[in-house]
Amino acid sequence: MTAQSDVGFHARQHARWHWAEIVFWIAALGCAFVFPSRYLIMTDIVRLGLFALSLDLILGYAGIVSLGHAAFFGVGAYGAGLLALHGVITEPVIALAAAGLAAMVLGFLTSFLVIRGIDLTRLMVTLGIALLLEALAERFSDVTGGTDGLQGIEMQPILRLFTFDMFGKTGFFYSLAVTFLLFLLARRIVHSPFGLSLRAIRNNPLRAAAIGIPVNKRLVAIYTVAAFYAGIAGALFTQTTALASLDVFSFERSADLMLVLVIGGTGYLYGGLIGAVVFRMLQEIFSTITPQYWQFWIGAVLVVIVMVGRGRLHRWVLWLPNLVITQLAGRKAAVDVPEGEGP
Amino acid sequence: MTSILTNLFDGVAYGMLLFVLACGLAVTLGLMNFVNLAHGAFAMAGGYVCAVLVNRMGWPFFAGLPLAFVSAALIGAVLERLLYRHLYARSHLDQVLFSVGLVFMSVAAVDFIMGSQRVFINLPSVLEGQFDLYGVGIGRYRLMIIVICGLLTALLQLILARTRFGSRLRAAVDDPRAASGLGINVPQVFAFTFAFGCGLAGLGGALSAEVLGLDPYFPLKFMIYFLIVVTVGGSSSITGPFLASLLLGVADVAGKYYVPKMGPFVIYTVMIVILIWRPNGLFGRTAVR
Repeated sequence: MTAQSDVGFHARQHARWHWAEIVFWIAALGCAFVFPSRYLIMTDIVRLGLFALSLDLILGYAGIVSLGHAAFFGVGAYGAGLLALHGVITEPVIALAAAGLAAMVLGFLTSFLVIRGIDLTRLMVTLGIALLLEALAERFSDVTGGTDGLQGIEMQPILRLFTFDMFGKTGFFYSLAVTFLLFLLARRIVHSPFGLSLRAIRNNPLRAAAIGIPVNKRLVAIYTVAAFYAGIAGALFTQTTALASLDVFSFERSADLMLVLVIGGTGYLYGGLIGAVVFRMLQEIFSTITPQYWQFWIGAVLVVIVMVGRGRLHRWVLWLPNLVITQLAGRKAAVDVPEGEGP
Repeated sequence: MTSILTNLFDGVAYGMLLFVLACGLAVTLGLMNFVNLAHGAFAMAGGYVCAVLVNRMGWPFFAGLPLAFVSAALIGAVLERLLYRHLYARSHLDQVLFSVGLVFMSVAAVDFIMGSQRVFINLPSVLEGQFDLYGVGIGRYRLMIIVICGLLTALLQLILARTRFGSRLRAAVDDPRAASGLGINVPQVFAFTFAFGCGLAGLGGALSAEVLGLDPYFPLKFMIYFLIVVTVGGSSSITGPFLASLLLGVADVAGKYYVPKMGPFVIYTVMIVILIWRPNGLFGRTAVR
């Protein structure tokens, strides 16, 4: 067997659906029937999971650290809101795609700024772009509604069939379906040769360039795709809450997003989804203990995670599930933390 | 004409203040290569210490300022020994996460202890109001800021260029391994520098309560300004950040005065353009480790 086909064999092995993944998605769907009174928070989790998935694509797979991912979220949110408010595209699914495309265009344009320079410059540029958009949204308050946000958004039925209801049931299934479809796409992307080349770039850009991977083109491509995902997450936010305000661009949103992804772990796609569940639960717990100061404990969690070390933490968290899998299935644990964690 | 000069004066005062606030960050971020987004938290700590001393305990303002420096430096030293020093060698992502966590904690903690409203420090009557100098309105408080910050800048330059500690620091930054081989206690030098930078930030925080406003969200609001000063100014000397903060101060004041609605927009755009054009800063070295 040649080396090349060997790599292809392993890549295909890795790309196969594992039964744990199927269980995960069935469980996600099952939640809808187990907790019928919690649609709103579950929608929120799904949305956040999709947003974190988008960051995972650039952070976990391409190693781009971004402090301003909320920029694309915000563009998607305002895009969907404005489309619905002015009745340009009333059908939610098409509006969703349009808002995602708007964010994608922005992602494509800004990617050329982001791929230049080192980590620090990237941090500053991504942060600067998000702040710039926030300032713009505040400046053109006649379009965006300023600090009051867009008000009076009325959503039409999805595909002209399913009306958004008060309890958020439609919104939840809609968000879950969109997230699942986009997850499938992301899964296909990261297991393709394109995705493998991204990992090569993350691990060592210089070597990747030396074996003939067009580093900058690949980074532009994945950044654009991630912007599309974030835009969709933002559009889902507006469509399911019928609200879009200036805080969609806020720094806290980008920072929280990083925490979500770090809790779940980068570089295996489920990190964002799992992290979103854990993050929202933590937030719920902390806000019941101290309604006003939950941010303190969120900050403490971040500090502890970093001090303990992200890699070590994931080994601890995955120790039990891995043990169960090894005992039950009698083979190598599948839910492992990938090599070369993060940038 | 006079309004231009007054604006220029205010801008210079603002810029000087930004420099004192951010020059500690210039060392940690620029020289030690540690992305410390929590730098504003130390400034806020100094500001609140000064506010408590002056407003509640009746200390004179000028006695509160050194205490702001000392307390922020102490907090900085303790945190450096306990937490920061473990993270020098980590990835930028880890450092960002850690310092963002610290910012969140400090915001919530100060909100809890001091309340969320803006804090004013009672100023002595000497510093209030403004006087005319050839028709240019000069605020007394801003004049004091310029004097204090100007002296500090000169002092910093002297320490860095002329003293033994300055040369140790420069050696430790240029090549930590070679420096420790020469018998320089590199971690100690870094710890001391870090604490000193935090102290300066604390002093700046106390001075800025009147100009920038002091509330629990201070670290978040001004984080981007500190980062701009350091990244645009580069890190090869303190002259770069100094010029960058003057530029930023003047541009911000002028922007708020002449194009009030486009102010922040202009600054962020200029920052992005400069970073794209010169990724290591306007006055930076070409090679960054």
